[in-house]
Amino acid sequence: MTEIVFYFFAVLTVVSAFYILFTKNILHAALALIITLLGVAALYVFTAAEFVAVTQIMIYIGGIVVLIVFGVMLTNDMSGKSISAASINRLSGALIALAVLLTLIYGSQGFTSGGYGKYTITSMENLGKELLTTYLLPFEVAAVLLLVALVAASIVAGNDLKSRAS
Amino acid sequence: MIPVEHFYYISALLFSIGLAVVLTRKNAILILIGIELMLNAANLNFLASNKSGDVEGQFFALFVIVVAAAEAAVGLAIILKVYKHFKTIDLDKIAEIKD
Repeated sequence: MTEIVFYFFAVLTVVSAFYILFTKNILHAALALIITLLGVAALYVFTAAEFVAVTQIMIYIGGIVVLIVFGVMLTNDMSGKSISAASINRLSGALIALAVLLTLIYGSQGFTSGGYGKYTITSMENLGKELLTTYLLPFEVAAVLLLVALVAASIVAGNDLKSRAS
Repeated sequence: MIPVEHFYYISALLFSIGLAVVLTRKNAILILIGIELMLNAANLNFLASNKSGDVEGQFFALFVIVVAAAEAAVGLAIILKVYKHFKTIDLDKIAEIKD
């Protein structure tokens, strides 16, 4: 049963990722990204990382996809014609991607140890304790990074108040 | 029993699809989507190779998600500014460096 659910989500993830690659409509690509991210979140659950799965759903689907859809709408000139989502370098891009894929599959042949059978739960208490003791420095650095990035984003994208006043 | 290599195969597929999106698309927002796919593939690998009962891989994945959120915000801000300046986000048409 677990295997069936796993391979269902695996196929869902890969198919919707291929849809992003081949679709002509950029908004459809953003919607297919939601399905891909949901599938990846489901795969996270199989590795007993349900906290990361929920974080993935909240941050990626609730935040990043919304940002991307906003970006699509704000960079569309609304002149009636659909947004260009043309592709270039198809052959060389496909060749490079295929080469990387084969290299990664070849490189992962050595790691044949273990697997994920029965569903296990990571203790949330353990996760919180580790976050505020062993991983305190990365935690604080991530907080500062996020603050700086969001302030910088609003300054870069926002209207220039000085130039508007003059 | 799901062998751990199958996680690696899915992750490799996702990574190369993301790479193909980045290499072949002209629209800047689609390239951002491709980068998100590649980051997700890396996250899947971190979690799949996490030792059971251990949380190191989970924290790697969490910090990658945080950095991806910051990257998406800054990237979209830059794309909006480029759109205001050039009136297009087609990366083939944005070929000048000076004003």
